[in-house]
Amino acid sequence: MKVTPYGVRGSLAAPGPATARYGGNTSCVRVTGPDGTVLVLDAGTGIRSLGRELPADLRRVDVLLTHLHMDHIIGLGFFAPLFNSSMEVHIWGPASATLSLDARLRRYLAPPLFPVLLRDLPCRLELHHTGRGRFSIGAFTVRAARVCHPGTTVGYRIETERASLAYLPDHEPALGARRFPIDAEWTSGFELAEKVDLLLHDAQYTRTEYPRHVGWGHSTAHHALAFARLVGARHLVAFHHDPSRDDDALETAIDAAVADVRPDFPVTPAAEGDTFELGRATTGAEPAPPASARRLSTRRMP
Amino acid sequence: MSQQSVEMILVRQLAGYLFVPVVVVDTTGTVIFYNEPAERILGVRFDETGRIDSKEADRLIELSEDPTAGPDDTGRPLLAALHQRRPVHVRRWLLRRGDRVRLHIELTAFPIIDQEERLLGAMAMFWERQAP
Repeated sequence: MKVTPYGVRGSLAAPGPATARYGGNTSCVRVTGPDGTVLVLDAGTGIRSLGRELPADLRRVDVLLTHLHMDHIIGLGFFAPLFNSSMEVHIWGPASATLSLDARLRRYLAPPLFPVLLRDLPCRLELHHTGRGRFSIGAFTVRAARVCHPGTTVGYRIETERASLAYLPDHEPALGARRFPIDAEWTSGFELAEKVDLLLHDAQYTRTEYPRHVGWGHSTAHHALAFARLVGARHLVAFHHDPSRDDDALETAIDAAVADVRPDFPVTPAAEGDTFELGRATTGAEPAPPASARRLSTRRMP
Repeated sequence: MSQQSVEMILVRQLAGYLFVPVVVVDTTGTVIFYNEPAERILGVRFDETGRIDSKEADRLIELSEDPTAGPDDTGRPLLAALHQRRPVHVRRWLLRRGDRVRLHIELTAFPIIDQEERLLGAMAMFWERQAP
């Protein structure tokens, strides 16, 4: 399984030289399976470049939406496979109590906000509600569950026989907790993330900022580290960076949290173009793979 | 112990901040949380009891119909909220604690049902009434 972020920013795209090292696009991650299956996690602005880099012979792609806040769907109308008649696009996401996923998406993909209607897209489009439980896409087993974030929001656990990934980009498990972490039983997202090889988790705020944003649905870097430790994650990728944070401030914030918490697992600030390889096959002669995901490459923006 | 659903987690966290006494049960009727104001009335601390199954709950507290109760104030309100999936309000109930103290209470119970219409549990708010 290869995991490549194409957008790591939260709330609002933040392009420009001050965010060039980590990237300014909003949430979007490509996950490629050992059989070539491609999952796209969320459809933030990063999905535009992801769509252009898909293999030419790919005929199916699955987009898994965590929720329908604008920063997670704003790129959908610019996703090239939607305009390709030979492509099969499956969009998975949560319904609300009264509206289907289709009805919720049409609020954005329709005039006056967007010129092309969902039903007029040339691809073969199928929409699926992500309820509780597991479903399979190619080599992947996917599990969705509701998590603590305003509106109807799910997180995902994605597994192959060899590797596991949890994606919780917008998540406030500390909401209402007098201390955090608390018992696993009472922690949102615990089962999704338990003992995963790679955890992509919300780390938008600093501890200083958080009191002014309680209930907005996001975590501090300290919360993300505490959550990762509680669930036994083997590698934490801090995700959903605040749009006001430039690259230096971002590194300072994550470094400070790591210095305080002293985790026994690697912590990496998410950056566009990084690739993490999970569950790499080995032969008997090779040493066992490292406990955490291998960070293969860093492709920085110019 | 498996993780509670996010809806039940949020119910517990909300209850933890409320002034009104609150008891939360799962779908089996097991008490899975009660808040500090409820501890004051029940006379036991959640930290000490942890979750309480229905038999143990009957030993700790006894609920019975107030002799002055009206015709609507019958049955077990939390179980009725669970089984009938509707809010239940009883105005006159007697609560006898483990220390034999008897309290007159009023209680509202309602089911917790998620957006997929799955029953997750129920919660009851109750408060002490002045004896008639």
